[in-house]
Amino acid sequence: MSITAQNVTKRFGDFVALDDVTVECPAGELVALLGPSGGGKTTLLRVIAGLEVPDSGTVLFKDDDITKHSARDRNVGFVFQHYALFRHMTVFENVAFGLRVRKWAEPRVRDRVLELLRLVRLEEKAGLYPANLSGGQKQRIALVRALAPEPKVMLLDEPFGALDAKVRSELRDWLRRLHNELHVTSIFVTHDQEEAFEVADRVVVLNKGRVEQTGAPVEVFERPANGFVMDFLGNVNKLPVRVEGGRALLGETGTVELPGRVFGASENGRTDAYVRPHELDLARTADGGNCLLARVLHVNPAGSVVKVRLWAEDFGLMINVDITPERYRALALKPTEPVYITPKAEAVSDTDYAI
Amino acid sequence: MAQANTRVLPGYRLSISFTLVYLSVLVIIPLGACVITAAQLSWDQFRAAVWTERARAAYALTFGAALLAAAISAVVGLLVAWVLVRYEFPGKRVFDALVDLPFALPTAVAGLVFSNLYVANGWLGQFLVPLGIEGSYSRLAIVLVLVFIGFPFVVRTLQPVLEALDAEAEEAAALLGASRWQTFRRVILPALMPGLLTGFALAFARGLGEYGSVVFVSGNMPLKTEIAAFLIVSRLEEGRPNSYREATAIATVLLVASFLMLIVINRLEARSRRG
Repeated sequence: MSITAQNVTKRFGDFVALDDVTVECPAGELVALLGPSGGGKTTLLRVIAGLEVPDSGTVLFKDDDITKHSARDRNVGFVFQHYALFRHMTVFENVAFGLRVRKWAEPRVRDRVLELLRLVRLEEKAGLYPANLSGGQKQRIALVRALAPEPKVMLLDEPFGALDAKVRSELRDWLRRLHNELHVTSIFVTHDQEEAFEVADRVVVLNKGRVEQTGAPVEVFERPANGFVMDFLGNVNKLPVRVEGGRALLGETGTVELPGRVFGASENGRTDAYVRPHELDLARTADGGNCLLARVLHVNPAGSVVKVRLWAEDFGLMINVDITPERYRALALKPTEPVYITPKAEAVSDTDYAI
Repeated sequence: MAQANTRVLPGYRLSISFTLVYLSVLVIIPLGACVITAAQLSWDQFRAAVWTERARAAYALTFGAALLAAAISAVVGLLVAWVLVRYEFPGKRVFDALVDLPFALPTAVAGLVFSNLYVANGWLGQFLVPLGIEGSYSRLAIVLVLVFIGFPFVVRTLQPVLEALDAEAEEAAALLGASRWQTFRRVILPALMPGLLTGFALAFARGLGEYGSVVFVSGNMPLKTEIAAFLIVSRLEEGRPNSYREATAIATVLLVASFLMLIVINRLEARSRRG
């Protein structure tokens, strides 16, 4: 069942949490609401769940306007960041809660709960209390508790935010597999762009109560709509440039032409260019001409690329460059060594100056 | 002691010694003296002192009134604590401070005020007595005054629990389809239960020991409105050779019974706290 939030506005006092936000989640898809904290993503999720009443706007499940329905009547599965398990109930009773309040017959409750506990491989924990579970186990229980009454949609509020990195990535994969099996329309909130890209079919970037961009992960990553999205996705060099004759030149007076994206420009042509680390290269000599001198600060060789952080003295800029391990060995870089940063040729020709 | 060295705060021996001395001087020795004095009676004398019809009526009234008052205090106290924690209204801080007043007020004052309010020509009594509600010099009077004295215990034990309640658990219950009553009954109440039982136990214990106010409101009629504490005092005043011992015998019965009941309540509380 599709979910649509139309022109939703929500204020808390003077603070505008959602400002005329429209988000669509097609039936069966897994959509990520991505953005910095305070951006309005949790508020939007709570409005969809019926936990907050919007000041204006409507929420539709399929074609039904459910804006006025209470949370209880919406039949949504909701997962909280901090699990919100019932502490005085066993794992079994937690999962059974939604079935018991619906007055399911006891044998049916048993079957359903045990089936779900098997799904998350926690059958043997049925008799324990939440206090005796690890964070990852708690969140799995919270997930199946939400799934138990067969909700029409699933809403997850930073479901993995309180877990450590390894458990987070396991649960992430598990969530994706589960979604592939069940196809329940789902929206999840995250501030972790990697998580959003890894799990979601669509990504909605929210900032300051507004939608910055909506699209498939690959679209958002390859064609960020604006500087905010580019910046938020992270792993990018934000460099001051001036735009002259369709070319972005570094700094006040520099002549280095940069690849990457430029979003808008002030009257004198000054703006920021966003250059991803892999769009740059390092060289020992300045033979290409289009390069700038920098000093190696730090090298992180752990990974499929070698991440080099450099300091460009002339411009007072910190610049990150990713190079292949082969290239790294060929250059034999050492900290504090001077080296030249050059834009990759193909990257420059690809540049799309959206001015 | 190797184990003591692993503690963050020092002073295990000092604090445990102090605690034991304190308990001995202030609790165990006086209560022990009471039991020892009572033990100077022969078994038959003891039985005769503590198991008269008048004494049994007094025990029944003392425990019955204290239990009933504690139960009412639990309900009233929960309501008051709920309102004080969950809602904002003008004068809230004043109301909050008023809850402590029964703690501070000399209970004799409370007794005097209550008895004057509910007598036939009192402010409230002039309306209630014609309806057959005797709020003064009756068993009802005892329960009323014990609720007044007991409910602040419930309010003050529940307030912090209510404030710390996980709001998301309530939201989770609603999202899972629970009605408001189901949410209260199945999610909120079990979380409040340990605090509620603690408050109940405190109010009950206070009600058992209450003397000053009850003396003024009950009328102290033997077999009808006489509480055990009053019986003890009247035994003392009789001035017979064994009066003092008989009084301590009754006190011993009261002591043992109270202790047993408080143990039961503590067990219940520990049980409701699991998980």
